[in-house]
Amino acid sequence: MSQDNHKTSLMTKLSGGQAKQKLLAFASLIALILIFTALKPEAFMTQDNIIGILQSTTVIGVLAIASTFIIITSGIDLSVGVLMTFCAVMGGVFLVNWGLPLPLGVLGAVVVGALTGCVSGLAITRLKVPPFIATLGMMMLLKGLSLIITGARPIYFNDVEGFDQIALGSLIGDIFPALSIPNGVLIMFAVAIVCAVILNRTALGRYTFALGSNEEAVRLSGVDVDRWKVIIYTFAGGICGIAGLLIASRLNSAQPALGQGYELDAIAAVVIGGTSLSGGVGTILGTIIGAFIMSVLINGLRIMSVAQEWQMVLTGLIIILAVYTDNLRRAKK
Amino acid sequence: MTALISVKNVSKSFPGVKALQDVQFELQAGEVHALMGENGAGKSTLMKILAGVYTKDSGEVLLDGKPVDIQSPAHAQALAIGIIHQELFLMSHLTAAQNIFLGREPKGRMGLFLDEDTLNRDTQALFDRMNLALAPQTRIGDLTVARQQMVEIAKALSHKSRILIMDEPTAALNNAEIEELFRIIRQLKSEGVGIVYISHKMDEIQRIADRITVMRDGRYINTVPAQTPMAEIIAMMVGRTLEHSEKTVPDTAANEVLLDVRHLNRGRAIRDVSFTVRRGEILGFAGLMGAGRTEVARAVFGADPLDSGEVWVHGKRIALRTPRDAVQAGIGYLSEDRKHFGLATGMDVESNITLPSLSRWLKGGVFLNQPAIHDISQQMVDKLRIKTPSLTQVSRLLSGGNQQKVVIAKWLVQDCDVLIFDEPTRGIDVGAKSEIYKLVNDLAAQGKAIIVISSELPEVLHLSHRILVMCEGRITGDVSGLAATQESLMALATRRDTEAAPA
Repeated sequence: MSQDNHKTSLMTKLSGGQAKQKLLAFASLIALILIFTALKPEAFMTQDNIIGILQSTTVIGVLAIASTFIIITSGIDLSVGVLMTFCAVMGGVFLVNWGLPLPLGVLGAVVVGALTGCVSGLAITRLKVPPFIATLGMMMLLKGLSLIITGARPIYFNDVEGFDQIALGSLIGDIFPALSIPNGVLIMFAVAIVCAVILNRTALGRYTFALGSNEEAVRLSGVDVDRWKVIIYTFAGGICGIAGLLIASRLNSAQPALGQGYELDAIAAVVIGGTSLSGGVGTILGTIIGAFIMSVLINGLRIMSVAQEWQMVLTGLIIILAVYTDNLRRAKK
Repeated sequence: MTALISVKNVSKSFPGVKALQDVQFELQAGEVHALMGENGAGKSTLMKILAGVYTKDSGEVLLDGKPVDIQSPAHAQALAIGIIHQELFLMSHLTAAQNIFLGREPKGRMGLFLDEDTLNRDTQALFDRMNLALAPQTRIGDLTVARQQMVEIAKALSHKSRILIMDEPTAALNNAEIEELFRIIRQLKSEGVGIVYISHKMDEIQRIADRITVMRDGRYINTVPAQTPMAEIIAMMVGRTLEHSEKTVPDTAANEVLLDVRHLNRGRAIRDVSFTVRRGEILGFAGLMGAGRTEVARAVFGADPLDSGEVWVHGKRIALRTPRDAVQAGIGYLSEDRKHFGLATGMDVESNITLPSLSRWLKGGVFLNQPAIHDISQQMVDKLRIKTPSLTQVSRLLSGGNQQKVVIAKWLVQDCDVLIFDEPTRGIDVGAKSEIYKLVNDLAAQGKAIIVISSELPEVLHLSHRILVMCEGRITGDVSGLAATQESLMALATRRDTEAAPA
């Protein structure tokens, strides 16, 4: 029995033990794709459009992965969008203003993200400021800093050789010219896989779930709750740094005014993917599916020439509907 | 004379438990009727049926001789049945008057605005009727617990209740406050209100009650006059002779002192508490609700800050800032409230078992060593006979007894030498209880030092080698587990400050 048991345990662990919810989310994604294919086959199911959808999911996808960790601890991070921009700006400072070599600049941007996350974590644990307020403050603070550092002007990476290749180049395309999937998409999936492993197979992941499930019980188990919270916020901040590099590379510039509003899209993707805002439950796979549902929806509606205003209305409805079905499923248990 | 309320052959089952079987109970107008029995005897279930919280499975409830089927708390209220719960449900930011008329606020002009004047005047009238000197405009948060209870009583009266159920009303009151409560009870009695009085305190019941009904294991035992000798009532409550004869208390006097607690103090909750526990010893803590036992346990575990005091483990003083310090010194705490403080209920069995000791189950300090986690959890499941379909079962879905075993397992895996059991069998059914008792005994025999806190006197008597009794934050007695009786413990547990002789 023990061997079988162990195998199922691994299976459920890797899928987060919530195969059903993800089936539902995945089925919705497929349904959306089928609907749009049926309505506009000539425009939707083209290689260019599919690559466009993939490309447009990368930034939100990576930010949503960062948010997933925070939300599973039953926290919230409102600063992820602006932090992404701040990391892009700092990348610009390192690479353009200081002329550091590419790898160092890239590393620097990620470290800036991690440090900023660490500051949020310390504000939450040491100053006992609730996550909502702490990260709201960080959001305003970082936005201001980005504008101050850049003088409210974009930093262009034209002179940094290879920077745009981070998101736009295609390693796969170099090998299989017919399949020119951009590197940004690969990076998002790589981040997703690494984060799924961390969430399900490491102490960091275990404590992420435990904190969201019952923080007081974890504290009374003798775990240093504050330390782990800071680590989790630091880790999520580092991932926002990766998102910052992706968006800067795609735009070939750091746009200091960009970023606000991304955090809400990220939270929406997380929630559509079945992660509970009350904590303790969630998966990276679900979040990725959630991010794709959002971008397929927006892409499809645009192809159908639905006005942007109505795209927003529909996206809003989808978010409410997704959480409602999740509640129904929970109530049935 | 027709009884105010009369309960006949009422039964109630919950999944797996027969909570009430053919119970009867009768309350006359102007009577104080005490309901007694051990925890789990069915008192609360019966009262919750009268208050509309539960519905009965079978049997009859007669109100003024007419059968009624009480559907909901609102229905009970409409039938003039009020209940004062042990925990008070008041909003601390609102005034006494606002609390009493919550949801029924008198409306002023055009029915749009609240009429605070009428509200306060009506409340004042209620307070006058109770002879209670309290301003209706006082915020609840500024009142003592005793005064808050008075407000709850006023609230019940405002519903024109003729039947008032009081569940352990004096648990948090001091002597003077109890006197005031009794004065109000007598006042209500003279007005013909019938009062059901649930309490464990014999002396109080004999002073205030007219009749006593005793319940045991979900059954009605007898109804007797309040003057019946205490010993007779306890015999009815306990029923079975306790298995003192089987109990053996090992001689642990020569064993190493594992836990040495010196002069703990925190406000009024913990007052100069010192004790030691030796290897292999089971130390019981008896006392009434709010006597400070849980507070002591949490303080020793570093969960709450202390004003002063020292905790020594294995002869070394430990710095107690957080539970982490206590856990690293080898202390494990099993809370009375497993769902809030013991288990991450959304997580599976093996995650919970390895939670305190997770750093030992890592590869390279980072990755979970799944096979090792699985093996140690399986060992614990086998050893403690935890009934679970698999190690990945979400712990919320386990029964109370098995949840408790998971909590025990997590401390055993962490190699704790000192285990503090706070109400180890609360919410656990009778069968699983004896298993938990056996486990506690086995752990002591294996050389753990064990503290058992329990409000059930038979449980303390059954398990403990030595018993400390607490009252109002201080230790009022230290008795051998063989010599102690329910009466002697109860006497020590009610030895209040004013009458306290040196223990």
